[in-house]
Amino acid sequence: MSREIEDLLRRLAPRVLGTLVRRHGQFDACEDAVQEALLAASVQWPAEGVPREPAGWLVTVAGRRLTDQWRSEAARRQREVAVSVEPPPEEDLTKHVDDTLKLLFLCCHPELSPPSQVALTLRAVGGLTTAEIASAFLVPESTMAQRISRSKQKIKGHGFPEGPERLPAVLHVLYLIFNEGYNTTSGPDLQRVELTEEAIRLTREVHALMPADGEVAGLLALMLLTDARRATRTGPDGALVPLEEQDRTRWDRARIAEGVALVSRTLAESPPGPYQLQAAIAAVHDEAPSTEATDWRQILVLYTILDRMSPNPMVTLNRAIATAMVQGPHAGLDLLASLDEDKRMAGHYRLDAVRAHLLDLAGEHEQAREHYRKAAKRTFSLPEREYLLRKTSG
Amino acid sequence: MKYLLIMQVNPAVLEALTEEEHKLIGDGHAELMKAIQDSGEFILTQALADPANSKVVRGGATPAVTDGPFLEAKEFMGGFYLIDVESDERAVEIAKLIPDTKIKGLAIEIRPVMFSAGADL
Repeated sequence: MSREIEDLLRRLAPRVLGTLVRRHGQFDACEDAVQEALLAASVQWPAEGVPREPAGWLVTVAGRRLTDQWRSEAARRQREVAVSVEPPPEEDLTKHVDDTLKLLFLCCHPELSPPSQVALTLRAVGGLTTAEIASAFLVPESTMAQRISRSKQKIKGHGFPEGPERLPAVLHVLYLIFNEGYNTTSGPDLQRVELTEEAIRLTREVHALMPADGEVAGLLALMLLTDARRATRTGPDGALVPLEEQDRTRWDRARIAEGVALVSRTLAESPPGPYQLQAAIAAVHDEAPSTEATDWRQILVLYTILDRMSPNPMVTLNRAIATAMVQGPHAGLDLLASLDEDKRMAGHYRLDAVRAHLLDLAGEHEQAREHYRKAAKRTFSLPEREYLLRKTSG
Repeated sequence: MKYLLIMQVNPAVLEALTEEEHKLIGDGHAELMKAIQDSGEFILTQALADPANSKVVRGGATPAVTDGPFLEAKEFMGGFYLIDVESDERAVEIAKLIPDTKIKGLAIEIRPVMFSAGADL
C-alpha cells in the first residue's frame, strides 16, 4: 500500500468511526466495522484507485459490515430486525471535527488503565491495526488484541462524553505514546510504526481543533522540540549520546523553528502550564550552539516555576542540573540531597546518574564512578546501562 | 513494563506437597492464566522439567558439559510468567495470585525485563 493511501486512511479513520458511533451508538461494534473497512480499502484502493468520496466509501462499507453483523445476530436469535442501509448523508461527515475529539475523550476513559487508553487511542483514533500497535510495544498480537477488546468491553455502554474535562488525560496519553517511541532505542525497523510521528500527528489534530488551548500547543511544541534532536540521540552502534555531546548541526531546524514559534505564541497568549514550560526549556536547549553557551539561568527559572506548579521529583532532579550549571556543582548536589528521602525516587537510577554527573563536575571522579555503577545496576534500559557502564571506566 | 515472574521451587518442598495442595496449585494457575489473558497482560508462560534433567555448560577455554543442575543451588527456577503491565505494583499484585505463594517454602521473584526480541514480537 502506498504511503499516500496509508496516510489518507489514518486521517479518515476517526471521522468514519465518529460518524458511525453518532448514528448507531455501540462504539465497540462500530470500531470493529471501521477496522474491516480500512482493511478492505487497503486492499482495493491500491488496485482500483481511490474512490471519489473516500470517507463516504468507508462509511458505506463499514455500515454494511455493521448491518451484516446485526442481521446475522438477529438471524441467530431467529428474530426479525429492520435495518436501514442508507448511503451516508454528507453533512454527517463534516461533523468530524467534534468527533475526533469526542473519540479521544472516549478512549481516555478514566476506567481504563493508561496502557489500555494508549492502545485504544492508537486503534480508534490513529487508525493503526492491532498488529501494528503490538509490534510498536513489542508484545504479541494476541496480547494487544485482548487488551483492546477488554477496553472496548469496559466502555461499551458509554456514549460520547460531553465536555473537555478529560483533556488532561488525552494529553497524557499522547505524551505516553510519544515517549514510548522516543525512548525505544532498538535499531531502525521499517516494520515498526513510528510512535513519535504518530503522537505528533494526533497532537497536531487536537491542536487544529483547539487552537486556543495553551497546553495542547505546549505539548505539540514539546514533542517537536524534543523530536528535533532524535537523530543525534544515539550513535551508529545504538549507544546513547548525551545532550552535551550531540552534533547540533544535525538537529532538525524546521522542527525547532515550528516548535519555538508555537511555544512563544502560546506563552504570550495563555497562562503557562507544565507542557508549555517544558517546551520552553526544550526551546532554550535547541537554540543554544553548545552546552556551555546554553542560557542555564533561563532554564533554572523555568524549572523553578515548573517545580512550584507541579512538584515532582523528576523536575527537582532537572532543576538540580540547572542549579549546578548556574551556581556550581555543589549547589546542585545540595538540592539532590533533598531527594534522598523521597519515596518516589527511592532506588531510581536517575538520581544516581545525576549525582554521578554533578560529582564529576565537582572533580570528585572516584565518587562519581561509584554512583555511575549504582545507576547502571538500576536502569531498565540496555543502551542506558551501557552508557553508564562506560562512564564508570572513564 | 514487562516483568518476568520467576517461580522459585525447592524440589524437596514440591515432593512433600499433599494432593490437596497439588490441586490448589493446578487450579490456581488456571485461574490466574484466565485473568491475565482476559486483561491483555499475559505474554507467555513455561513450566520447566525437574532440574535433575538439566545439563550445565560451564564457561572456559573449552566449555565443559556436565549432567545435572547447579550443585550449589537449593532453589531452582521451576517456571515463569512473562507479563506486560502498567506498573511495578501491578506486577506484585499478579505475582501474589500465583498459587505458589500459598505454599511455605516456595517463592516468586519479580524481575523487570530490559530488552525484548522474539518471533511473535
